[in-house]
Amino acid sequence: MALSKKDVDHIAHLARLHLSDAEKARFRKQLSDILAHVDALQSLDTTDVPAMSGAIFEGSRLREDIAGDAMPREDLLRNAPDRENNQFRVPPVLD
Amino acid sequence: MTTQYEAVVGLEVHAVMETQSKMFCDCPVVDSTHHEPNVAVCPVCAGMPGMLPVLNKAAVEFALRVALALHCEINSTSIFARKSYFYPDLPKGFQISQYEQPLAVNGWLRIPTESGELRVGIRRVHLEEDTGKLTHLGEDGDRRTLVDLNRSGVPLLEIVTEPDLHTVEAVRNCAYALRSIMRYLEVNSGNLEKGLLRIEPNISIRERGSQALSTRVEIKNLNSFRSLERALEFELARQAELVDAGGAVQQQTLGWDDVRGSTQAQRSKEVAEDYRYFPEPDLPPLVVDDKWVREIEADLPELPQEKRKRFVEMVGLSDYDAGLLVAERSVAEFFDAALGAIHKADAKMLANWITGPLFELLNKDGYSIESLPFGPEPFAELVDMVASGEINASSARSVLSEMAANGKKPKELVQARGLAQISSETDIGELAERVIQKNSQQVADYVAGKDEVLNWFFGQAMLASQGKANPTLLRQALRVQLDAARAQKEAS
Ligand SMILES: [Zn+2]
Repeated sequence: MALSKKDVDHIAHLARLHLSDAEKARFRKQLSDILAHVDALQSLDTTDVPAMSGAIFEGSRLREDIAGDAMPREDLLRNAPDRENNQFRVPPVLD
Repeated sequence: MTTQYEAVVGLEVHAVMETQSKMFCDCPVVDSTHHEPNVAVCPVCAGMPGMLPVLNKAAVEFALRVALALHCEINSTSIFARKSYFYPDLPKGFQISQYEQPLAVNGWLRIPTESGELRVGIRRVHLEEDTGKLTHLGEDGDRRTLVDLNRSGVPLLEIVTEPDLHTVEAVRNCAYALRSIMRYLEVNSGNLEKGLLRIEPNISIRERGSQALSTRVEIKNLNSFRSLERALEFELARQAELVDAGGAVQQQTLGWDDVRGSTQAQRSKEVAEDYRYFPEPDLPPLVVDDKWVREIEADLPELPQEKRKRFVEMVGLSDYDAGLLVAERSVAEFFDAALGAIHKADAKMLANWITGPLFELLNKDGYSIESLPFGPEPFAELVDMVASGEINASSARSVLSEMAANGKKPKELVQARGLAQISSETDIGELAERVIQKNSQQVADYVAGKDEVLNWFFGQAMLASQGKANPTLLRQALRVQLDAARAQKEAS
């Protein structure tokens, strides 16, 4: 299945990527090839194979509900490009 | 809204599971509305690369309690999924939620309505993680958004009802019922203002009698039950007006503006929502074994609607009184315990003393029933003393305030303050006689036919007894003596 240019625009927007026209053309080809490969896999008959949700097969390991220590705030905020009032400061977003 | 249309409403409810630690890390769960920002955060809930989530057992248990209380089918294997979108409150760029195989499906609850009990379907109940908290500051060129991650990764339960609600009253009662159930189960304190409980109705209208599904509008930002009702009324009227004018309702999410009293378009999206759900590769499927589910089910408390039924059918209360008593689990349990302790009063009288004088006291002093310095037994003793005539109702009210202030036993207080009711016929007779002898003018009035003077005598005598006279006996004694005076006059 070949992707349209509009599909590529949409996917780029979802990932917040700005692509040049040349990149869009290249990724359109690459993404279409990946989908073609998946199409090939889909031609297999998997009627009797249960769907798989991940690569870990044993059941969940649950953690007891005991609160531990948080990380020092200074360490956390060291990652912030900008900060104010001990919070991450980001460009304005609407509610 | 005109009667031509019928409302079709379902609820999507998000409830914070009030555990000690977060859903996938051991950061403490703190009150995100008041706490110092960014002090309950670790690399996992800050979304740092390479961190792995480990699921909190209590979050699952809390979710199972709710799912079982809502009569859901539990999926023994459920799957976590990534819901991808970019927003600054979501540090990983995706939220761990459940999508295709949620924890529980196909449940129901019963809610009271004016036209009888209504059964509301529950479509699904699933677990997800909460996001961080954003604060928008500044104006024009100075506008910016601050991010506090204390709430990021706090366990959140999503409950989705079927669109079985057709009146504002039913929507409100359904929201109340869900809140009440979660409070009974001690998984969520039900605070809408703090956002611990978020109620989002999806609303559409259709021609009455039609079974068609119409385009629905979802409403967010409701932080009180009052806002929920106002928003519903506003939105139903807006849709009816739109359709009447030949327009069509657009599928969208609206935010309720409490100040303006109207709904507003929330975020404008150039593209339709596209969350690209896929199974979370860092978490194995959630497997809950049947034994654990049965244990949790066996431990469920009696729920509000069942209690209400029992209070009406077995105890003989009115549905209204029963509704007042079951709204809070602590009150219902107080009533149950006091009911087991009364000897002379009946259930109805006990209920009245709780919903009357006791509620008045709690409201006035801002107490909760748990924080009172006395339990149900002393309270039952007090109501018994009224029922047996040992003290009268007004003395009992003042004893009750004192019990709340110092936790002393009612018997002690009655004795210490000499409040025991005067119920001996001799004493009451003498009291009536004294008051009658002192007021010859009023006696003359009564003799002359003014029956209402009896009330005046009653007031005087009650005052003279400092409120302790048995009111029934006193009135009787006064009437007998005054009538005797009248008869004597007529005979002479
Ligand atoms: Zn954490």
